[in-house]
Amino acid sequence: MQKIQLTWLRKNLFNSWYNSLLTILCLLLIIQFIRKFVWWTIAEAQWQVVQVNLPLFLVGRFPQTSYWRLWIVLGIITFLIVITWSVFITQKNLIKHKFINLLVPWLAPTWLLSCPLILWFMGGGLGLQSISTNLWNGLILTLLMAVISIVISFPLGILLALGRTSNLFIIRWFSILYIEIIRGLPLIGILFIAQVMLPLFLPTELRLDRLIRGIAGLVLFSTAYMAENVRGGLQSIPREQIEAAKALGLPTPLVIILVVLPQALRAVIPAIVGQFIGLLKDTSLLSLVGLVELTGMSRSILAQPQFIGRYAEVYIFVGLLYWVFCYSMSLASRRLEKQLIN
Amino acid sequence: MTHSKPPLWRDHRFWQIIVQLAAVICAILIVVILGLNLNRNLQQLGIKFGFNFLQQEASFDIGETILSYQPTDTYTRALLVGLINSLRVAIAGIFLTTIVGITAGIARLSDNWLVRNISLVYVEIFRNTPLLLQLFFWYFAVFLSLPNVEHKASVLGLIKFSQNGIELLGLNFSPEFSTLLLGLTFYTASFIAEIVRGGIQSVAKGQWEAGRSLGLKPSLIMRLVVLPQALRVIVPPLTSQYLNLAKNSSLAIAIGYPDIYFVASTTFNQTGKAVEVMLLIMLTYLTFSLIISFLMNLLNHTVQIQEK
Amino acid sequence: MQEQTQIIVAENVHKWYGKFHVLKGVDLIVDRGEVVVLMGPSGSGKSTFIRTFNALEDYQEGSIRINGITLSNDLRNIELIRQEVGMVFQQFNLFPHLTILNNVTLAPIWVHKLSKIKAKELAMQLLERVGILEQANKYPGQLSGGQQQRVAIARALAMQPKIMLFDEPTSALDPEMVREVLDVMKNLAREGMTMVIVTHEVGFAREVADRVILMDSGSLVESATPELFFTAPKQERTRKFLSQIL
Repeated sequence: MQKIQLTWLRKNLFNSWYNSLLTILCLLLIIQFIRKFVWWTIAEAQWQVVQVNLPLFLVGRFPQTSYWRLWIVLGIITFLIVITWSVFITQKNLIKHKFINLLVPWLAPTWLLSCPLILWFMGGGLGLQSISTNLWNGLILTLLMAVISIVISFPLGILLALGRTSNLFIIRWFSILYIEIIRGLPLIGILFIAQVMLPLFLPTELRLDRLIRGIAGLVLFSTAYMAENVRGGLQSIPREQIEAAKALGLPTPLVIILVVLPQALRAVIPAIVGQFIGLLKDTSLLSLVGLVELTGMSRSILAQPQFIGRYAEVYIFVGLLYWVFCYSMSLASRRLEKQLIN
Repeated sequence: MTHSKPPLWRDHRFWQIIVQLAAVICAILIVVILGLNLNRNLQQLGIKFGFNFLQQEASFDIGETILSYQPTDTYTRALLVGLINSLRVAIAGIFLTTIVGITAGIARLSDNWLVRNISLVYVEIFRNTPLLLQLFFWYFAVFLSLPNVEHKASVLGLIKFSQNGIELLGLNFSPEFSTLLLGLTFYTASFIAEIVRGGIQSVAKGQWEAGRSLGLKPSLIMRLVVLPQALRVIVPPLTSQYLNLAKNSSLAIAIGYPDIYFVASTTFNQTGKAVEVMLLIMLTYLTFSLIISFLMNLLNHTVQIQEK
Repeated sequence: MQEQTQIIVAENVHKWYGKFHVLKGVDLIVDRGEVVVLMGPSGSGKSTFIRTFNALEDYQEGSIRINGITLSNDLRNIELIRQEVGMVFQQFNLFPHLTILNNVTLAPIWVHKLSKIKAKELAMQLLERVGILEQANKYPGQLSGGQQQRVAIARALAMQPKIMLFDEPTSALDPEMVREVLDVMKNLAREGMTMVIVTHEVGFAREVADRVILMDSGSLVESATPELFFTAPKQERTRKFLSQIL
């Protein structure tokens, strides 16, 4: 046993003089870093700021008596994720489970339909006590903004990608124009457009909620990237597939819906998950236009007089929250990618 | 095709024209309606469209300038100062992030277990947290908690850290600039590392074996055989990372570094000229994007040609 | 009266790819139930020619009538003709995301508006006919090339076409699988299907074809019964071609 460990050490850490040097150098740095970090975490850091404000971080100022509504929302989302995941995972064995096979065509509509449902639970109305969007803060707002934006930008992105690859000259150029302008702009600029300029472009009577404007900005932004991802999938479909479908007498819209899109979208799932991770991180920019999502919440907590200067604690905790979501999704996406290749 | 004419509505060329015409009309309608709304809204607010304000006195101060600038200068001058600040951080960032990214990417494939995993941890941490949060962390948790100027921390006397920023060989960098540069560099580099790793791994194993059978040393195989081939895969996604870095430099506003976006935003706050300012911002970043894409296309071209 | 017997009438068909003149005024008349084999060197335009029959390729001059319907820019005519004409491709082109069964039922359900049950019945019948019944619930990727091509034939037949076009149906197959596909095609010919086949299989052409045609650089060179075509060709060009492939 000991011998195996020794050969492992030799092979992986000390197989040449410069590797040995590197190993020792790295070890020194790591030990130094860990010692300082552990010391800081235990002795210097004051974690009350996190402890006291935990509900604020997670759900913001959502009224405590209505937490049950958030639990239902969480339930719905978990359910959707589990279903979606199981659909993609079971495709490994090409013959799918019958039950899951039945679910596939309902997947996208269910996601779309659950959006208003979730909004109802969160916002109230129609029998539920209404809760102002000003009270939707923290992590839940971060997740909500990311999910809603990606769900809306998904169909829009597909349309835009179809336009981008269309052989209709004007449609193609409109699509290219939109995609390239949006992709050329920083997100903060687009959020600015949505917050400040959108009201200027709309009739005066139409006053959009700050949250809606935030979603509008994210959707404007995300649609362009979605379109580029989907286009990658569309281009990976050989022309012969389209010819074969046409030769069977299918009209062009059906060729796209029945033959091209199912294959193209499957090919770009990992890219879309990647885009979602990006979007989740990008929601942090909403804090710069006045929305109190996770990053915004951390800033307002840092403004509490008793916790002034506890930057490191707060940012590390919030960073960890983001990291858990992003990292687990990137793991999932990698697993999907492997599955799609096999 | 043939001489018998079908009815118009069954001719696909007819539909192609109709659909496109409809698209154009829709677009025009939307533009007109939005334009009318805009006009009405601006009138209500008492703002007139026009770029004359650019000649007016800016009357705000900019913390960090390369060009000489005073609050009595015009908005044009202020925006120019911001533009140069943007370029400064973007160019330095692209340069640094390339170095860090390639190093981390190669480290990910090192045969040293420790090096490999340090790089992995670095990549997974920086890729999976928001850049904005990282900037806040660097700025508030790192720079603001550094010793003040009298008690600089220094590494070998070459680099000195303090609340007033970084001093490198006599050059002084403000904490805002340093934060933005470090933030952009390490965030983008974590993506570049994965691109580099993927690129190197995409080169067939047979190439290493062929190199070894010629008696080349691993470092030489890497430099002469593998990297040139890997570059073909690396350059296109690298371009989009550079574009991202340039665009992300607009987060300067979060920590108060006066880049073009920050200055433009201040200009908007003072003049209320939302549309004009936004057009200027769009123009600036689209120009950035075009320049980077153009240069990277040139690079891509040389890299692709090497193959043949 | 002519329309009763003549199912494909192509007159003076010209096609250009940019400046390249692919089809130089080709004439062809195929009768109902006739099996025509098109041969010729690669790049002679034979694939392009048969692909004009179901409007996968357009043409600039001349006219094509399929079962009395003129092929033009008329959308309805194109759809009608595609329902009358089945096509089998060199690379099978099955839809990889659908099961074998769903590959075959796709068009009947969506174009002929058959009920799912009816479509499935029809598909099962056809799959049995091409000998793939037990693979109905697999995906194309799980089948051999020969099996895939037989499914492709069943898929085309599911639209109950009056004409079947075959574009080098055995060229992408391993030698041991060519036979199973040709057998299916032979049966089809025996049942009286009108077929236009681009192929290099001389044995098959001799056995099944009513007529063999040589095409070269966008024109028809010689058209004759297999007997005459292979034993006593009239054209020098045909003799040269035969000496290359026999």
